[in-house]
Amino acid sequence: AGDPLITEIQPWAQGLGEGVDATPYGLPIKYEGDVVRRNVEWLTADTISSINFTPIHALDGTITPQGCAFERHHSGAIELRKEDYRLMINGLVDTPLVFTYADLERFPRVTRTYFLECAANTGMEWAGAQLNGSQFTHGMIHNMEYTGVTLRTLLEEAGVKPEGKWVMVEGADASSNARSIPLEKAMDDCLVAFKANGEALRMEHGYPVRLCVPGWEGNMWVKWLRRIEVGDKPWESREETSKYTDTLEDGTSRKWTWVMDAKSVVTSPSPQMPITHGKGPLVITGLAWSGRGAIARVDVSVDGGKNWKEARLAAPGQDMALTRFYLDHDWDGSEMFLQSRAIDSTGYVQPTKTQLREVRGLNSIYHNNCIQTWWVKPSGEAENVEVS
Amino acid sequence: EKLGLGRPALPEEVAAWDKDVRPDGLGLPDGSGSVEDGEMIFADSCAVCHGDFAEGVGNWPKLAGGANTLDHADPLKTVGSYWPYLSTTWDYVHRSMPFGDAQTLSADEVYAIVAYILYSNDLVEDDFVLSKENFLEVEMPNADGFIVDDREETELPLFTAEPCMENCKDTVEVTMRAAVLDVTPDIGEEAAAETPAEAEVAEAAPAAEEPPAAETAALDPEMVAKGEKVFKKCKACHQVGEGAKNRTGPVLNGVFGRTAGMVDGFKYSKVMAAAADDGLVWDHETLSAYLENPKAYLPKNKMSFAGLKKEEDRAAVIAYLRSFD
Repeated sequence: AGDPLITEIQPWAQGLGEGVDATPYGLPIKYEGDVVRRNVEWLTADTISSINFTPIHALDGTITPQGCAFERHHSGAIELRKEDYRLMINGLVDTPLVFTYADLERFPRVTRTYFLECAANTGMEWAGAQLNGSQFTHGMIHNMEYTGVTLRTLLEEAGVKPEGKWVMVEGADASSNARSIPLEKAMDDCLVAFKANGEALRMEHGYPVRLCVPGWEGNMWVKWLRRIEVGDKPWESREETSKYTDTLEDGTSRKWTWVMDAKSVVTSPSPQMPITHGKGPLVITGLAWSGRGAIARVDVSVDGGKNWKEARLAAPGQDMALTRFYLDHDWDGSEMFLQSRAIDSTGYVQPTKTQLREVRGLNSIYHNNCIQTWWVKPSGEAENVEVS
Repeated sequence: EKLGLGRPALPEEVAAWDKDVRPDGLGLPDGSGSVEDGEMIFADSCAVCHGDFAEGVGNWPKLAGGANTLDHADPLKTVGSYWPYLSTTWDYVHRSMPFGDAQTLSADEVYAIVAYILYSNDLVEDDFVLSKENFLEVEMPNADGFIVDDREETELPLFTAEPCMENCKDTVEVTMRAAVLDVTPDIGEEAAAETPAEAEVAEAAPAAEEPPAAETAALDPEMVAKGEKVFKKCKACHQVGEGAKNRTGPVLNGVFGRTAGMVDGFKYSKVMAAAADDGLVWDHETLSAYLENPKAYLPKNKMSFAGLKKEEDRAAVIAYLRSFD
């Protein structure tokens, strides 16, 4: 007997489906209901000041849909209408200015794709393998196509005074997140964005306006951006002193560790994406990125780093954006220790966990960009492990 | 070159938003506050999350302690042990705290709170008064504990060598397994449990025209749905429903109709305990009055919440809480 899905008339082939307008704004079909953001409850005191994780294990390509792109709030996601939005530039400028949302729409516009990675991404793995799933180990990242106005354009409209060397960017929510950014970076590639992936930003990502600081840690990408102050020195706010500083083994801490190092992870197979088809052709895929430039190459190992093969990039690497890689593998059904290793356009090679620990110790919390290992068993199930 | 877009910011507008304070004292307003005053303000406004002695409650940040732990495993990073600049504390308390009621503290209150945090870290005596004048004289223990990012010098040389491709090591042994720790959230059953469609229903529920009569028997599902939205403001501290636990605030299952201050295992403020002894019962009237202005209804109670000013919001959240009787 043949496959009844073929030999018998199925309901969807006989009756009618939903009409247009059934969902004026479409959502994923119910069968994809498990492709959602998830949080790790024990990490934070409360969801209002917390983080969740992008389901990178279940996505492909490079663009992260806004609806499942991870969230990080310090005082909750706020509802701020475009009409109530104001952006102020003050400090060491010729003319302190106030812009409305409508003003921002009249400046020359640019569209660019960037990844945003939380500095704490993979931070739970410093002391050892902890979380079973690329969503949890590497999901504090998303990658979107942003549309907006360059920060440089706005700063030039206000006129930066010669003594201005830093800008402080501040959010409109109750956490008033404030970060200092060197003027050089502010004038280089920062973007005041009001669209992502073609549509308005989502509330949880800073609607109506957020800052993009390409290649630099996510905390600097201030959401609900309300103020840009130009100054001659950094502000040393809470988020750049007590947090987002990296403590080394001797107790001293690095500050201003803004750039995100080159990094990659195999998203499938992985603990949430076991192999269910047995031996034979297997697509090994993952993501790679670098805050210093473009991904030049990704190597994949199936034997825990003894031997490496160059993976195929889905498209040439782009500066400060996610790159998708594939390795088409003929799985023999035996256990694998899957690893990926990113190499960026500056020649930086993603280090092993051991290499990182030798320099930084175990207490850094942030900026863990080590090579990840998934132990894939003959059953096809995978586990987060560390290997010698 | 300039497009002439936007308009000049007025001085009072800049003053209203430009509240930040720098390590050199730039931005500090006039004012002062004592450790003694700070202790009282801290107890009222901060202790609910940070503990009476700034020692922290649950997963909320600890603000005191941790001296000389930075080179240990799991260092305790507090204002005293880690923060390099006192201005950061002042700035953060002033612009971002209290949690859920930000930007409500006066300059004097912030000076007092910062003085108390210093005292909690054994950095000043109990008769200390912090002011704009002596602010820069306070020495922070870890002021010299930071270096500027040196990855370019210390790491790039190590991490830019041509990588090995073949026979890079002899053996591969598992040295650590995540399954041993078993701290990954269980994600088996939750999928599609709360569909977006349900959330939209709650979103679309129209605001009630008027609050329901105090003791209506049946709960209006629309009010309950609206109350669930309003309850987001409470969730920072309170849990309700199956499996709810005491957090910063007590669990709220069955709160409607019962005597105040009765949840096992929750440490109530003195005034709440006293009100309970006096027979305070949470009915529609008392809950509504409490929620409208918690600090006015029961001065010195622990709940650090500005209040629900709209009658319809209070009625909705009470309806929501009643659904967990």
